[in-house]
Amino acid sequence: MAVSMQVDVVSAEGLIFSGKAEQVFAQAADGEVGILPHHTQFLSSLKPGAVRVVTGDEEGIFYVNGGIIEIQPSVVTILADTAIRAADLDQAQAEEAKRAAEEAMQNAKSETDIARAQIELAEAVGQIQAISKLRDRLHKTGLA
Amino acid sequence: MAGGSKEIRAKIGSVTNTKKITKAMEMVAASKMRRAQSRMEATQPYVEKVKRVISHVAAAHPEYKHPYTQTRDNVKRVGLIVVSSDRGLCGGLNSNLFRKILPKMKAWQEAGVEVELALVGNKAKTFFRSYGGNVVASVSDLGDTPHIEDLVGTVKIVLDKFDAGEIDEVYIASNVFVNTMSQDPTVTQLVPLQAEEKHDNSRWDYLYEPDAKTALDLLMRRYVEATVFGSVVENAACEQGARMIAMKNATDNAGEMINELKLSYNKARQAAITAEISEIVAGTAAV
Repeated sequence: MAVSMQVDVVSAEGLIFSGKAEQVFAQAADGEVGILPHHTQFLSSLKPGAVRVVTGDEEGIFYVNGGIIEIQPSVVTILADTAIRAADLDQAQAEEAKRAAEEAMQNAKSETDIARAQIELAEAVGQIQAISKLRDRLHKTGLA
Repeated sequence: MAGGSKEIRAKIGSVTNTKKITKAMEMVAASKMRRAQSRMEATQPYVEKVKRVISHVAAAHPEYKHPYTQTRDNVKRVGLIVVSSDRGLCGGLNSNLFRKILPKMKAWQEAGVEVELALVGNKAKTFFRSYGGNVVASVSDLGDTPHIEDLVGTVKIVLDKFDAGEIDEVYIASNVFVNTMSQDPTVTQLVPLQAEEKHDNSRWDYLYEPDAKTALDLLMRRYVEATVFGSVVENAACEQGARMIAMKNATDNAGEMINELKLSYNKARQAAITAEISEIVAGTAAV
C-alpha cells in the first residue's frame, strides 16, 4: 500500500472531494506544483485551472476558479473559489468565453475592463486545460 | 338576529381564508427550510477547513504577522455586519436580533466608540433607516439561495476600512440555527481573529507563494467572506424555521377563532329559533 495523505477540496457552497490520495497537482501562484505525502508546509494562492487528485489508478480532475492551497505533511487542503467537476464543463462554452474575453481585451476601454478581461481569459484558459487533460485521459482509457 | 348571524358567517368565511393562506405559507416554509438547512450544511466544510488552515497558521512561526490577527489597543470605531431576512412574517426573528444589537450599540456609544453598519437583508435596512445609524454598506434581495458573490462587495467595504485603520474591530450579528424551533441571535467578533495561542515547540513556517503577505491576505479575506456567507445561509434557514413556527401558530389561532365564531353563530341561530317558537306558542295561546 502506497503512502497516502488526506486531501480535502472544498468550495464555499459545498464539499467537492474528501479522501485519501497519493498525489495532488495544482496551479500554485508561481506555477504548477505536484505534491506527494510528507511535503513540507506550503501555503499559496491558486490560479484558475485544473486540480488533479491521484488515488491508486484513479484520477479526479476538478476545475477551480482560483483559491488557496495549504499543505501539511499529511493533509492537503484546497479552498476553491468555485469548483465544479471538470467533466461538467462545456468545452464550447469555455472557448466562447475565451473568445469573448479576447474580444473584450481588444475593445477594452477602461483599466477595469482590461483587468476583468484578463481574469476571464485566465479562467477560460484554465477551463480549456482541464478539459483537454480530461479528454487525453479518456482517450488513454479508450472511453472516448 | 338574522343580521347578526349573517355577519358572523361572513367573519367565519374570512378567517377560514386566512387560515388557508397561513397553512400554505407554513408548508412552503417547511419545504424551503429543508433545502435551506442542507445548503447550510454544505457551507460548513469550507468554514471548517479555513479555520483548520488558520489554526495551522497560528501554530506556525511566520515572519509576517497578519493585521487580522493583531488586537488593536485603542478601539475608536467598530464595524458591525447585521444579517437579517429580506421578508417579514417570520415571528420575532429580526426584532429579537435588533433587540440584541441595540444594547451593544448603546454601550459602544457610551464608551465613545463609533459604530459603522453593514446591512444584509431588507429588514435591517428598514429598521436602521428609522432608528438611525451610520450605514456604510447594504445588500438585500438575496433570494432563497444566497451566493457568495452577492456578499463579496459588502465584506470588501468593511475589510478595506479595517485595513485603512478606519475601524478597529469587526463584529457580525446574525441568528444561529439551534434547531427548527429555536434561533439564537448572536453577536460575534470577526476581526481581529481571536485565535487561541498554541504552544508547540517545533519552529516551522510555511513556504509561501508568491509571498507571505499575499497568501495570508487572501486566506484571511476568504475566511471572513466564508464566515459571513455561512451566517447569511444560516440566517436563511433560521428565517424559514421561524416563519414555519409563526405560520403554524397563526393557523392554530385561526382554527380556535373559527371554533369560537361557530359557537356564537350556533347560539345566535338557536336564539332566533327559540324566539320564533315562543312567538308561535304565544300566538296559538292567544287564539
